[in-house]
This record gives sequence, structure tokens and C-alpha cells, in this order.
Amino acid sequence: MKTKLLLLAAAAVLLATGCVNVKPWQRGTLAEPIMNPDRDPIGEAQAEHVFFSREAANGGRGVGGGGCGCN
Amino acid sequence: MCSIDLPSRCCRLIALCLAGLPLLAVASWKAGDTLPELSGFELEGKLPGKLSGQVVLVDFWASWCGPCKASFPVMESLHKQYRGRGLVVLAVNADEKSAAMEKFLKQCPVTFAVVRDAAHKLVAAADVATMPTSFLVDRTGKVRFVHTGFHGEATRKLYEKEIELLLVESDGSPKP
Repeated sequence: MKTKLLLLAAAAVLLATGCVNVKPWQRGTLAEPIMNPDRDPIGEAQAEHVFFSREAANGGRGVGGGGCGCN
Repeated sequence: MCSIDLPSRCCRLIALCLAGLPLLAVASWKAGDTLPELSGFELEGKLPGKLSGQVVLVDFWASWCGPCKASFPVMESLHKQYRGRGLVVLAVNADEKSAAMEKFLKQCPVTFAVVRDAAHKLVAAADVATMPTSFLVDRTGKVRFVHTGFHGEATRKLYEKEIELLLVESDGSPKP
């Protein structure tokens, strides 16, 4: 029981060390335009259309459709 | 989280370890702290000759940061307005590449001192919470005001009020 508890404590500490804060001065790469998923509205709309058509999800992403890609 | 059958000592150990983690990251400069000797931080560029006895505005910025760009014209005008009375503006750049800083400075030329903290030693020592962050240091070398972010005219007015206050102090204490 004691070993299990120690292992649990060690696992909790190890998992906690996996949490890394990116410091404000290290965010240059994150701030690049390429990191913005909405940087190209036309490309985004096309990707959305393909996504919900391929998924064949009726009403996927708020648009009606049965997966034909025709609307 | 811990069920009743687990010994409380173990729960305390886990809780202590988890609670103590954020403390490792908290070491930022605050009002009342003394500005460290900047020559020990391997900064690239020329530091202003004399900082002691001056009111110093130390600003941490990066070229990719929008509010930093907005703050530069304001800092330039503060520099021109108050340099004769003893204000020194020092902008510390935290870009990964010097080319990014140089490109920014070509687009946004300034006359105040700009140095680059390539090794991120100074910015890590200040442990700024956001970009930009600036510290207003009085004539005795003590940090008196901290500005996180830049909020346009509101920040400018605050800067002016605080700089005026610090400039009239001769030894760090307000004039009667």
C-alpha cells in the first residue's frame, strides 16, 4: 500500500513537471501570422465546406446538408 | 480528490508538491525592488551612460508584439519631452533574432536607447507577465511603478503623471 502511494505521489509530481508555461517573451513563434487559423478567410471557408461534406454530418458546422457537398 | 482511506500524509505531500510549483515561477520585479546593475546581463547594444540619479523607464518589448509597436511613438515623445529633466528611456528587446528587431526599428525609428536581451537573462530576471511591460525607476534606483501592456492614451497619461512625480523627487522621497 505504502509503495503504491509513493508511486502515486511520484507520478503526480512527474506529471506536474510536464506542465510548461511559455513565457511572454518566448511567444514570437506563436505570434507569427502562420499560427493564425483564420489568416485566409477563403481557404478557411473551403476547408470548412470540405470538412462538413466529407463528414456527411447533417448540419455540420451550422450549415444544412447531407454530405453531398452541394450546399 | 483523495479518498478517506488514503493516509492524509500522502495527500498532504501531493498537495504540497502541486501547490508549490507556481512559486517557482514567481519572481518578478515589483515596486520597491532595486533595479539590478544592467551591465551584468550581457545585453547587446549600448547602455545609456549614466542611470544613477536619473528617472529610468525600462521597457521590455518584442517586434512581434502589437501593443509594443503602439507604445513606441509614446515613449519617443516622452523621451523628447523629459530627457532634459532627467528621464532616461531604455527599451530592452526580447526578439529571438536581431534581424527582426532591426527591421522593426527601421519602420519605427526612435532616438532613445535600445538594447537587445539576446540571452533573455534580464527579461527572465524581471519575469514580465506580458509584453510590453515597463518599469519606472526613481532617482535612487528603486522600481516605483510597473505597467503591464500598453493601453494607448490611458497609459500615456499615467506615464506622464508618474514621470512628473518622480522627476521632482531628488532623493526618492516626495517633495513636501
